[in-house]
Amino acid sequence: MASGVRLARVAPPLTLAILLGPLAFGLAGTTLPALGYLPELGGESFTTAHFSALFEVPGILRSALLSILVGLATTLMALGAVAAFVASDLGTAGFARMRRMISPLLSVPHAAAAFGLAFLIAPSGMLMRLVSPWLTGLDRPPDLLIVNDPMALSMMAGLIVKEIPFLFLVTLAALPQTRHVETMRLGRSLGYGRIASFTILLWPPLYRQIRLAVFAVVAYASSVVDVALILGPHLPPTLPVRLIDWMNDPDLETRFLASAGAVLQLGVTLTALLAWVGFERMGALLVRSSRQAGRRWRRDMVLRVGARSLMMASALIVFGGIAVLALWSVSGLWQFPDALPADFSLRSWIQALPRMSGPLATTLAVAGLSTLIALVLTILCLEREYETGRGRGGGALLLIYLPLIVPQISFMFGLQVLSIWLGVDASFSALVLAHLVFVLPYVFLSLSDPWRAHDRRHDLIAAGLGMSRTRTLIRIRLPMLTRAILTAAAVGFSVSVGQYLPTVLIGAGRLTTVTTEAVALAAGGNRRVIGVYAFMQTLLPFLAFSIATGLPGLLFRNRRGLRV
Amino acid sequence: MTVDSVTDNQGLRLERVHICLGDRVLVMLDATVRRGETLTVMGPSGSGKSTLLAYLGGFLDPAFTASGRVIVDGVDLTALEAEKRHAGILFQDPLLFPHLSVADNIAIAIPEDVKGRKQRQQVAEAALEDAGLAEFGDRDPDTLSGGQKARVALQRVLVSRPRLLLLDEPFSKLDANLREQTRQLVFDRARRAGLPVVLVTHDEDDARAAGGQVHKVDTA
Repeated sequence: MASGVRLARVAPPLTLAILLGPLAFGLAGTTLPALGYLPELGGESFTTAHFSALFEVPGILRSALLSILVGLATTLMALGAVAAFVASDLGTAGFARMRRMISPLLSVPHAAAAFGLAFLIAPSGMLMRLVSPWLTGLDRPPDLLIVNDPMALSMMAGLIVKEIPFLFLVTLAALPQTRHVETMRLGRSLGYGRIASFTILLWPPLYRQIRLAVFAVVAYASSVVDVALILGPHLPPTLPVRLIDWMNDPDLETRFLASAGAVLQLGVTLTALLAWVGFERMGALLVRSSRQAGRRWRRDMVLRVGARSLMMASALIVFGGIAVLALWSVSGLWQFPDALPADFSLRSWIQALPRMSGPLATTLAVAGLSTLIALVLTILCLEREYETGRGRGGGALLLIYLPLIVPQISFMFGLQVLSIWLGVDASFSALVLAHLVFVLPYVFLSLSDPWRAHDRRHDLIAAGLGMSRTRTLIRIRLPMLTRAILTAAAVGFSVSVGQYLPTVLIGAGRLTTVTTEAVALAAGGNRRVIGVYAFMQTLLPFLAFSIATGLPGLLFRNRRGLRV
Repeated sequence: MTVDSVTDNQGLRLERVHICLGDRVLVMLDATVRRGETLTVMGPSGSGKSTLLAYLGGFLDPAFTASGRVIVDGVDLTALEAEKRHAGILFQDPLLFPHLSVADNIAIAIPEDVKGRKQRQQVAEAALEDAGLAEFGDRDPDTLSGGQKARVALQRVLVSRPRLLLLDEPFSKLDANLREQTRQLVFDRARRAGLPVVLVTHDEDDARAAGGQVHKVDTA
């Protein structure tokens, strides 16, 4: 192919610059102040004093260890449930049902899911109301610390229910590349139970494909801020929450401490990842010794039912939580043991909407623009890959995953410092760029599989008809991939809507979105207002996905070949 | 049906097996396959002959309804789960597990009651030797030739000590001269192991080489 799409040539380097530039500059912008260098605040010489100060902060070690624990436990539970469920039910009607039920959960922002869980399990939450007073005899909420418990159990639960859909969909995407139907049959005909057949025969090649996504979950859970603010412990909080506190401290000297903490966070996430690699080794060893002994594990019903229940529970918790959020947003008087409000009112919405319009406009504009840029870059990159046949190796995949594996907080800190220095903090374009770092990987991951699976013969026929590559792209490939492109757009849009940390740091409190407003309400505890904001936060991605599924059906209503 | 198959319960007995999809009857079969014998089920693709194998292996999709009984050596398999049937299967592809060595591909099939790593290793090595692949144990299965892979797959199913052998067009993807060799090898080993065999194929030559009863399934 002599002449390709000319614009596509610049796309791969530009994409890499967008992904890795902020990462590199951000990390530098974090590390330098951590070592004492920040001339604006009078830090002119290098010193380790800030790290010494950091390690003298009471409870810092506990905060760091808690973050590692949350990262590992969340991933272990979520991945275990997903793997055991796929092993147990692959190919059954129940599997297809679960797939339909779990998929929409991916679009629910983490913060909204966390609020939903809090509204369910809090001492005055929905679950307690449903069993009170007839079962518990309580007519006032019990004095229990369920949400924000010091062991971070509720925080882990909130993360697990959200990571299950992610890992499930990633696993489903990798499955078609294995011969799973025959392999499972072969394993079982050799006498192995379903879970054993799956674990010994299918999981090793499958895990290799989803490994980076699993790393992303470990990294995310060990460095998450918004979910920790809503569900996490207070005394002491997990490390990232303490960093945010220091960052917001009016005493600017604390910035040095925060930067040192952000470097520590890098170490925390790295430690969690290394520990995870240790788990991988141990798991592989266990599987191998079982395999070498030929153990069949035919009686796996308990595990199968357990996995199924966890999957169901994750779906019920997220859906139930959103329903309760919605209910609170329209509730009037709602006293404790009552399962339903005494009356309904739109007052919360009417009061909130005028104040929400600014953040809402910012949310839509940032999400729309960052998604559009991500989509154009992704399409051009994939087109370049098609033309040159290069760039689909493991190295390229690692680069795309890198912004999802390096803890957000560790480089967003530096970017904030940098943006203040450049005078672009709280500017719309800086915010779009910050979101793009996270939107782009997801859009790319979502679109690359259908793009590569597209039948090349269509392109060859078009070339044979004398069409240029650009024309083929616009007239043949893009229309045929409309559904996949819209889905990728919806994924990108929801990723942007859900971003908390980049918005808080780069928006610097002057540019706010529905998500930052909702998380800011967490401390106040006004359930009606939280209900309004968290419900709105869920609604936006939901609408995006509805358009992505509905529009192609409308566009192609007379084209049977393009229906699903 | 011969007289001694009534008294002698050795081998595979298919008793009034009916498999339907909705109102459509796909398979209607009543047959006895003695140890070492082969029942060949012939029919074009889409005729339901693979459905019969799925039924015998215990993998029938719930969309189908089946009636009748499957009995091997007097044991009724009909209600058993796939993992308890001991029905060995050879697919069109050898389907060697890409992450395991050639020897481990065979070792994994050895029944649980063969205890001890050494002993299991020996069984696997003996099976490799039997297939003329004695030096290949440590190899990556992907580096074997098509014929070698087919032989490993055959040894794998044989060491699992199945009650019966199900062949799902296992020769159709091999090229002509390899096909003839592999065919002979498979039927020879099945006979030696005294296994009742059910073969589904659309190739007349397969049926001829198998030399047993032939059951034709038509497209409805």
